[in-house]
Amino acid sequence: MKIAIVKYNAGNIRSVYFALERLGVEASITDDHDLLRAADKVIFPGVGEASTTMNYLKERKLDTLLRELTQPVLGICLGLQLMCAHSQEGNTDCIGIFNLKVKKFEKKLKVPHMGWNSLQQVRGRLISQDVEGKFVYFVHSYYAALGENTSAMADYINPFSAALEQDNFYATQFHPEKSGPVGEKILKNFLDL
Amino acid sequence: MLAKRIIPCLDIRDGQTVKGINFLDIREVGDPVEMGAEYARAGADELVYLDITATHEGRNLFASLVRRIAEHVNIPFTVGGGIREIRDVDPLLNAGADKVSINSAAVKNPDLIGQIAQSYGSQFVVVAIDARFEDDDWYVYVNGGRIRTERKLFEWAREAEDRGAGEILFTSMNHDGTKNGYANKATADLSNNLGIPVIASGGAGKMNHFVDVFGQGAADAALAASIFHFREIGIQDLKTHLRTHNIPVR
Repeated sequence: MKIAIVKYNAGNIRSVYFALERLGVEASITDDHDLLRAADKVIFPGVGEASTTMNYLKERKLDTLLRELTQPVLGICLGLQLMCAHSQEGNTDCIGIFNLKVKKFEKKLKVPHMGWNSLQQVRGRLISQDVEGKFVYFVHSYYAALGENTSAMADYINPFSAALEQDNFYATQFHPEKSGPVGEKILKNFLDL
Repeated sequence: MLAKRIIPCLDIRDGQTVKGINFLDIREVGDPVEMGAEYARAGADELVYLDITATHEGRNLFASLVRRIAEHVNIPFTVGGGIREIRDVDPLLNAGADKVSINSAAVKNPDLIGQIAQSYGSQFVVVAIDARFEDDDWYVYVNGGRIRTERKLFEWAREAEDRGAGEILFTSMNHDGTKNGYANKATADLSNNLGIPVIASGGAGKMNHFVDVFGQGAADAALAASIFHFREIGIQDLKTHLRTHNIPVR
C-alpha cells in the first residue's frame, strides 16, 4: 500500500510519518502531483496559518489536486480547516471540500484549545464506534462548525466538528498521530479503508 | 470536556535520564526513550524533556535523542534546555518535537518568544519560569535557579503571553524538591489572570497535591519528576484518584 503525505510548509509532518511507521507503514512525503495521484491513500497534515498555507498550496496547484483526488484522503488539524470552504483566519477562501466555515474560538476560556478532549456522537468509517467518549489530543484556536458531514463532535467553549467525513474525504481536528492508542486506532481505520 | 494533564518531566544529561536528589547527587534513572514510551503506555498526557548537558557532545546526543523520542512516543512532548536563539529551534522541530521550552534565553532576549511564535505558531512555545517568593514578591531566576533577576513572576508571565507564548510552565523554587505540595495560590493567580494554559511544577509528593493544584491552584497541567521516576506514584493510580475527586482526566 502506497501512502503519500502531502509535503508543504507545515509543521508536524515528521510526527505523522513516525506514527505510520509505528503501524508498520512507510509513507512517502511528497508534493509531486503524479506521486500523489498514484498513491493508494493521501494524508494532508498541518500546523500553521491558514492564508499563508493556502497561498503556498495554490502556487503549487495542490489545492486543485487535493479536490480532484478519488482515493481516501485524510486531513489533520489545519488540514481539516483548509478542506473547508472558508476560514476566518486571514479571511481565507479554502479548498471547499466540506461546505463549512472555520471560525475563531471566543476567548471565554483559554485559547488555544490545548490538550485531551473527548469525542462525542461518533459515526462513519474513520471514527469507529469503539472510540466514542475516548480522549484525543487537540491544539487549535480555530474550529469548523458542526454540519451534516460531522463524524465526531467535541465541546470546548462551544460544540465543534472534531472530525468530518464525506465520500472519499476524511478529516480530524485533533492529532491522531499524537493521541496514543486511540489515535493509532483511528489511523489504522484510515489505512484499512 | 478538556482533561487536566499529567506531565512527567525527564532531565537528560549525556543522553540519559537523570534526577538530581540535590545539587551534589545526580542519579541516573534510565533510558529516556524507553521511559517516555513507558509513561505514554501508563497514561501520561504529555512529556517534557529538559537537556541539562553542559557540553557540545552532549548537545548533539540530545538532538538525535529527540528524533528517537518522536519515533517511539505516541503522545506530545516538549523539549527544552540549550535553546539560545531561533536557529536552535529548527532542528528540534524537524526531529519531531511538538513544543520547545525556553527559560533563561527568553528572559535575556524576550524577542525570542515572538520570533518562535511567528515562525512556528504560539502552540510551539512554552515559556518556563523559575521563581522564588522572597522579599514579599515572586522573583524570576535564571541559569537553573542560580541567578536572581529584577523581573517579577506575574508581570513576566503576562509579557510572555503578550509576546506569543502558548503556555507557561511555572516552577516554584520554594516548593521544588520539598514534596510538600505545589504553590497553589501563586499558580491560581497566574492561571486565572492569563489567557493561556499554566503548567504547575515543583512540590509534588502525594496524590492529594495534584487534587489541590488542579482545584485550588486552577492549573491546566501538573508536572512532576522524581515521584514518577522512583515509582512512588503510578500514573494510572493518580488518575483514578483524581477522578474520585471530580477532576476531569483522560
